[in-house]
Amino acid sequence: MQTIDATPRVRVPATASVGEIISIRTLLTHPMHSGQMTDANGDAIPRHIVNLFRCTFDGEPVLEMDLQTSFAANPYIEFTARVPRSGTFEFAWHDDNGDVYTAASRITAS
Amino acid sequence: MRLTRRDAVRGGFTGAAVALLPIRLHAGVEEAVEAFTGGAAARTADLTLIAPEIAENGSSVTIELRCPGAEEILLIAPANPNPEVCNLRFGPLTGNHDATIRIRMAESQELVALARMPDGTFRRASAQVFVTVGACTG
Repeated sequence: MQTIDATPRVRVPATASVGEIISIRTLLTHPMHSGQMTDANGDAIPRHIVNLFRCTFDGEPVLEMDLQTSFAANPYIEFTARVPRSGTFEFAWHDDNGDVYTAASRITAS
Repeated sequence: MRLTRRDAVRGGFTGAAVALLPIRLHAGVEEAVEAFTGGAAARTADLTLIAPEIAENGSSVTIELRCPGAEEILLIAPANPNPEVCNLRFGPLTGNHDATIRIRMAESQELVALARMPDGTFRRASAQVFVTVGACTG
């Protein structure tokens, strides 16, 4: 089990009006090994993918995703969310090794 | 060249085999569809699946999915080793019930998306994508 350098990056607007629908862009650097490739020695690289992505706003669900091996490396997910009030968008990526990578972004609604 | 009866029969069998090939190759897709819909019919409406007509790099193909009001969307790449790509489940704070993602495509194929609506009905959409260089595997 090798460690990987996974860095989450999220882009959320800093401000919005109450009830506004905003666009959120997220990216996690992660190899997403599908388990079907071999390394230079011909040995199989074990499957190691992000299998779950979750976005919440102060704990309320926005989007939850099950990812399979057909998802591209460095999983990029762009989606929209409604801003009910000022608060924090939380992001979590769960991978096959049980590692959880998180990010959070505060938004001020007026 | 004279066409004998034997040639005609042989040609007929070959044609039939070729015609059946895509169905046999992608038999897993209908299973995945049925597992999601439970055998219910899916209408081709409301659900939008936007994919490039030509994808030069199968390792990263940008796909947009949108279905107003949907609870869940499933994306399937039938010709990939593991056809199911992802499930999207929308929470109460979703904006437009949409997502733009990047997926792997092993070869040219017709992507299939399914959406489950709150009333228990289903929507279906598909898009043909020509892949120039396929991903090593999906």
